[in-house]
Amino acid sequence: MFDRLRVMLMKELLELHRDPWAMFRLVVPLLLQLFAFGYAATFTVNHVATSVLDLDHSQESRGLISHFAATGRFDFVDFATSQADVTRDIDAGRATVAIVIHAGFARDLLNGRTGPLQVAVDGTNSNTALIALGYVGRIVARYQADRTGVTVPAAAAGASGVSVTLRERPWFNGGLEDRWFFIPGLIGTLTLIQVVSLTAFAVVREREVGTLEQIMVSPIRPIEFILGKAAPFFFIGLGEVLLITMVGEWWFHIPFLGSPLVMLLGASLFLLAALGLGLLLSTLSRTQQQAFALNFFIVNPFFILSGFAFPIAAMPAAMQWFTWINPLRYFLVVTRAVFLKGVGIAVLWPDLAVMGLLGAVLFGLSILRFRKSLD
Amino acid sequence: MKADDAVVLAQALTKRFGAFTAVDGLDLAIARGEVVGFIGPNGAGKSTAIRLLCGLLRPSAGRAIVAGYDVGREPEAVREHIGYMSQKFSLYGDLTVRENLQFFGGLYRVPRRELEQRMGLAVALAGLEGRERALVRTLAGGWKQRLALGCAILHRPPVLFLDEPTSGVEPEARRKFWDLIHHLASDGVTILVSTHYMEEAEYCNRIALIDAGRLVAIGSPGSLRRRELGGTLYELECSALGAAVAAANSAPGVIDAAIFGDKLHVLMAQGADTAELARLLGRARITAGPPRAIIPSLEDVFVRLVAKPRDRRSGA
Ligand SMILES: Nc1ncnc2c1ncn2[C@@H]1O[C@H](COP(=O)(O)OP(=O)(O)OP(=O)(O)O)[C@@H](O)[C@H]1O
Ligand SMILES: [Mg+2]
Repeated sequence: MFDRLRVMLMKELLELHRDPWAMFRLVVPLLLQLFAFGYAATFTVNHVATSVLDLDHSQESRGLISHFAATGRFDFVDFATSQADVTRDIDAGRATVAIVIHAGFARDLLNGRTGPLQVAVDGTNSNTALIALGYVGRIVARYQADRTGVTVPAAAAGASGVSVTLRERPWFNGGLEDRWFFIPGLIGTLTLIQVVSLTAFAVVREREVGTLEQIMVSPIRPIEFILGKAAPFFFIGLGEVLLITMVGEWWFHIPFLGSPLVMLLGASLFLLAALGLGLLLSTLSRTQQQAFALNFFIVNPFFILSGFAFPIAAMPAAMQWFTWINPLRYFLVVTRAVFLKGVGIAVLWPDLAVMGLLGAVLFGLSILRFRKSLD
Repeated sequence: MKADDAVVLAQALTKRFGAFTAVDGLDLAIARGEVVGFIGPNGAGKSTAIRLLCGLLRPSAGRAIVAGYDVGREPEAVREHIGYMSQKFSLYGDLTVRENLQFFGGLYRVPRRELEQRMGLAVALAGLEGRERALVRTLAGGWKQRLALGCAILHRPPVLFLDEPTSGVEPEARRKFWDLIHHLASDGVTILVSTHYMEEAEYCNRIALIDAGRLVAIGSPGSLRRRELGGTLYELECSALGAAVAAANSAPGVIDAAIFGDKLHVLMAQGADTAELARLLGRARITAGPPRAIIPSLEDVFVRLVAKPRDRRSGA
């Protein structure tokens, strides 16, 4: 067993070593995606193009507008003079948000009534719209608090005399930085994409070139072949995990609170599953084109239905079931927890166990499916 | 030969791909140390038959016994005892000569003490002394093929299956390759080799002619020439070859006429007179030289047996 495994490994490593583009293919796409996500992928909404229509022209209305300006979230692109201007700004996409302060705003406030404030949001991008609306709510609350010297909920509950103050203190990611959320998640996502396709192609290429036929006619056992094929990619996968972790820490300054050993264990189990998946794909494809199509077809759902960007709890039930067999789902939990929460095996063991199980099943399937026959 | 003595035995071996039958009821028995050639046109089913015998394909019907093991039931035991060169060149181009040998030696678990010596022999056999560190993809065709053979015999298999090992190799290198084959056969290795080259058929102890998945004829080159034609073969130079074939076929005593290069080959029944043939050709305004009796080449046999199976059937 070990003799054949050894020569398989040697051969794989030599081929990799002789391939002048191997390093490039392994590292460059990974770094490109890492930096793209690190810098571009964010849910934070800043510099929202805003159209303002002040029909009250009072000290109060100007005060409210300056509150908006002070946050830096809203860029005033137009100081409109009529409702029609505002509508045009939104329709033309010049503004995403429109703030309309109606006449009588100051008078109503001074009389202790609610001042009429209208906010229109372009809902085309629902995500941005929701987040912008959230900011509007907070700015208005702040304005009101500043004016009355009382926090909003307390004022609202004033009649009963109960005073409640809401103070937000997010745990684990105090600044609510999206990057802290994304980059640990990228470890699993990018490694999955790389490792699955590398493994699938490695076997299919031998099939196309014809060397696989020469191997199949030898007395090698399927497990020896599969392990020999998979082992180099296992270490490549670990290298990629390490690379992303290091860039995340030293370039993007993501805190790493947990134990590197837990990370290593999680990554190993996850890679087992990813390799199993790649090998399974390779047994299902006859040509590199088929492998490519299949890879695209399989890896994308794994990516989308993992919780990397879209919360699993918000998915329809059938898709939520699929996430149960998605190794990425568990590894995302592990990486984010190890990075940001610093928790260990005591908390993460169920996720680790499921990944190990999935890995064993996928690997086992690919060994069973690898037939030493051309039929 | 008794079936019990056969090192390679196929019985009604059949392979269907969907509705298409690639190998159709192949019966074959090869004795120890024999070199048997598979000859047949493209798509005849040579590679498929060899793959069935190696256990790379599962037969749709029939069975095969190789080196004493049933291919269907004990494929792994068969694998230990055979060497195979597939039609596609299948060494690792990015590995050196030595690394390829080490890899295949390891796959077959050649003991390390012996491997070193056997690798040396394989390198010598391929004529690659001093080039052990060359990447295999930089080698010329003839060397590649001899190295592939060297890799296929590292584990000293008693049976060798070689699928068109000399295709695309220049004549000089082809001759060298056949020297190796005969050298191995003289050591008792049983060899089944497929080829496109007619002249290579002459190097085989026996030839199996394959067409459309069927074994059309089998025998030594000499016996095939004698037995299969059943008449005397005449060669004549003449104009308008197409018209000449038609005219000759209508002459009495002519079994078959075919174009052969720039000449006409006419097979005539034993003792038939060529005068009538010359008269008919003349009447068709064809200028023809005198018919000369010749020893048929295997190609003649092949053309007779393979290219005109319909004529034979209707004529029978
Ligand atoms: N896996 C397969 N599926 C379907 N048809 C196949 C398969 N393999 C071979 N064939 C068909 O079976 C026939 C015989 O093929 P085979 O490769 O055995 O011929 P061959 O005699 O080796 O030809 P060549 O001299 O070109 O190598 C061909 O028509 C081929 O298209
Ligand atoms: Mg062939």
